[in-house]
Amino acid sequence: MELKDKLVSSFMAFENQIDVDTSVHDIRSEAIKIFEEKGFPTKKEEAWKYTSLNTLLKNDFSVFPKEEVALDFKDIKKYFIHDIDSYKIVFIDGVYSSHLSETTHEGMDICLMSAALHKPKYRPVIDNYFNKVAKTDDSLTSLNTAFSKEGAYIHIPKNKAVDKPVQIIHFATGNEAAIMLQPRNLIIVDENSHIQIIERHQSLTENPVLTNSVTEIFADKRAVVDYYKIQNDVQSASLIDNTYISQQRDSNASVHTFSFGGNITRNNLNFYHKGEHIDSTLKGVTIVGDKQHVDHYSLVHHAQPNCESHQDYKGIYADRSTGVFNGKIVVDKIAQKTNAFQQNNNILINDKATINTKPQLEIFADDVKCSHGCTIGQLDEEALFYLRTRGIPEKEGRALLMYAFANNVLESVKIPEVKRRINKLIATKLGVNLGFDL
Amino acid sequence: MAYTEEELKKELETKEYEYGFYTDIESETFPNGLNEDIVRAISKKKNEPEWMTEWRLEAFRIWSEMEEPEWANVNYEKPDFQGISYYSAPKKKDKYNSLDEVDPELLETFNKLGISIEEQKKLAGVAVDIVMDSVSVATTFKKTLAEKGIIFCSISEAIQEHPELVKKYIGTVVPRKDNFYAALNSAVFSDGSFCYIPKGVRCPMELSTYFRINQAGTGQFERTLVIADEGSYVSYLEGCTAPMRDENQLHAAVVELIALDDAEIKYSTVQNWYPGNAEGKGGVFNFVTKRGICETNAKISWTQVETGSAVTWKYPSCILKGNNSVGEFYSIAVTNNYQQADTGTKMIHLGKNTKSTIISKGISAGKSQNSYRGLVQINSRAENARNFSQCDSLLMGNKCGAHTFPYIEAKNKSAQIEHEATTSKIGEDQIFYCNQRGIDTEKAIALIVNGFSKEVLNKLPMEFAVEAQKLLEISLEGSVG
Repeated sequence: MELKDKLVSSFMAFENQIDVDTSVHDIRSEAIKIFEEKGFPTKKEEAWKYTSLNTLLKNDFSVFPKEEVALDFKDIKKYFIHDIDSYKIVFIDGVYSSHLSETTHEGMDICLMSAALHKPKYRPVIDNYFNKVAKTDDSLTSLNTAFSKEGAYIHIPKNKAVDKPVQIIHFATGNEAAIMLQPRNLIIVDENSHIQIIERHQSLTENPVLTNSVTEIFADKRAVVDYYKIQNDVQSASLIDNTYISQQRDSNASVHTFSFGGNITRNNLNFYHKGEHIDSTLKGVTIVGDKQHVDHYSLVHHAQPNCESHQDYKGIYADRSTGVFNGKIVVDKIAQKTNAFQQNNNILINDKATINTKPQLEIFADDVKCSHGCTIGQLDEEALFYLRTRGIPEKEGRALLMYAFANNVLESVKIPEVKRRINKLIATKLGVNLGFDL
Repeated sequence: MAYTEEELKKELETKEYEYGFYTDIESETFPNGLNEDIVRAISKKKNEPEWMTEWRLEAFRIWSEMEEPEWANVNYEKPDFQGISYYSAPKKKDKYNSLDEVDPELLETFNKLGISIEEQKKLAGVAVDIVMDSVSVATTFKKTLAEKGIIFCSISEAIQEHPELVKKYIGTVVPRKDNFYAALNSAVFSDGSFCYIPKGVRCPMELSTYFRINQAGTGQFERTLVIADEGSYVSYLEGCTAPMRDENQLHAAVVELIALDDAEIKYSTVQNWYPGNAEGKGGVFNFVTKRGICETNAKISWTQVETGSAVTWKYPSCILKGNNSVGEFYSIAVTNNYQQADTGTKMIHLGKNTKSTIISKGISAGKSQNSYRGLVQINSRAENARNFSQCDSLLMGNKCGAHTFPYIEAKNKSAQIEHEATTSKIGEDQIFYCNQRGIDTEKAIALIVNGFSKEVLNKLPMEFAVEAQKLLEISLEGSVG
């Protein structure tokens, strides 16, 4: 049976496990209809022109995790940013793992989506925010909505700077032959509050894993949201990440995406502006090899005047890897005085590697400053020669130059431990040990 | 600026489309609609050989199975392809040896257009092959060109007299199945220009044609084929005006350029077809397929100034097949009122050390929409390919839109690609500065726009540069204030 049919038919079974009298039930039923109608995206759709899910969808993914698997913290410690104190929300095969997690309800909610969907006290919040910014006509997002059950639920009330970062980690254990995970996160940051979030998807197995994740983020007035996505999964794991961010006036949201691994990685990142003087930052570093495929698809919708957006994506592609960058900036008629910048730089290491990039501007306002720049090139042979004359071997020299190439993005990482971890990942990825932390 | 204040003032007063007149020449027109019989009839009318008729019929069959594309960023009411007459020719079919034989009314038309043949003949360097409603009626300077072995004639004449060249090259750059409009054009093209420059010859003058759409309800399907043989050089100019019409007119041309080893083709266009009135009524639909192929060390350069048409859909492209070949694209697209333009280029790098440059300037005013859509593709065997693209947009007023859709696909590690795009408006301080020095706002804008477009205007041959500059101002007149 095709995966689509399997998903549609298991929706009934899924509905039976959970209670159906909440308003979410209607949203789910509506969503499955949309998915049934649209199906999985194909290359015929402009948004998926360069990314094909065909081979991936041939796997016989199991849709529901059967049993809970326990993991020992010492085995998976390396996947955490463990040298800082943090809140942790950990899922194993889509199921919440209480003994690995550290949640809170003291003055704020850093807990579970399942709890938020079921407990009556959260109902007003769910009614207000759930599925309100996610694109309802998108097939993969709808699929996630239909099966939304578990994920992270974070609600920070007014005037609160969360004392430590939150780590959201999803593990796949390989308990099933092939598994499809659909985490659903809801993050609400009220007026004047601050939060830092680190998200990671990690497979511990060679078995195929497909994650179709949806995250909705609401940043209220003057809120500051800082989100880091670390994508360094094994070759058998694929990720479709859909992130929707709604920003109120004077808020500041930034998302850093570090893509170093995985089979197919697709990042759909969407920013919607609901007020003036908003700042949005989208940055990413992609370093991949083998047959990996990374697709960054971003949208910044400037709907209000006096807002800014900054985009900077760097990519290094080796072997037979493929990179896609599709950055869209829309500036509405009333969004005068918008400043929107977009930069996408790429290096191809190998002739078999491919990069497809499409920076797209759609501008309807006249008093704006919008620019995009895009380059594809190589390392500067002269710079490399310079380093070699100074006794730095070629391999290390190349690594240094590539590191420098990506550094722009790393500079704006605000958590030093995350920066250090990323540096290490880059060094490993480039296969060098420079004897010092880059 | 090349003209006085008085002239400009006059220009502005008569701001409605000044070339919008309709010449009453008896035309022979086919019944509306399109089927195999019409295709055969067109072919027969033109006394074409059997292979050409078959070629057209095949194109028609391909076209019948195709659907009109919808991906472009434009909205328009689709033309009714069965409601168009596919052939119209001025009635006099004899060839003229001197101007005296030409219908005086036709001459009057040319005079109104400011391209009096007599003058053109005397003016140095321009041979004019005038196309009026699809059939070439006058060809000048033919003798001078013939001495050099250059063939410059209408395509129907070429089919008669140089079938081996036409047969060899037609449809090689733009195949019949390339796209909907190319297929349509291949089936029904009425006439167009043909140009062949022999080996090692440098064409001594700028070749030019003027296109006009004249007969009500006729679509214009031009076919242009330019072949530059090894080591030759040619500069080709194309300029267009059309009379005022309330119903939409369709124009689906195909231009094929072939630059063999070491050859260079420079193709310049000034397009000023009727864009519809200020309410967006009427105007020409311009769906053009233009493409050139470069062999080793060859160079093709496209320069275009687009100010007219209600809807433009045009992507002059270069296939850089040979090693060391060069492709260039310089474009200014101006849209005003309700005009929509979706234009850009494709640079397909196949050979080693190929280079391409794209400079695109979009100016949107009124309620128009202006899109740049481009593709830079570096194939896996295209070592050391180099591309530079720059797309700048200028917005006037907050009711228009500027869009860019650049596609960049690289499959070779040695590729070097740069793409830049900016969007901005004319600064109030810039206008204020001009006002301060006694230059009124309207003129200041013209000045700034000319500055903005300078990089492209500079690429135009002299004859066109002045005209293009004037055209820019007329098109934007009244858009700010």
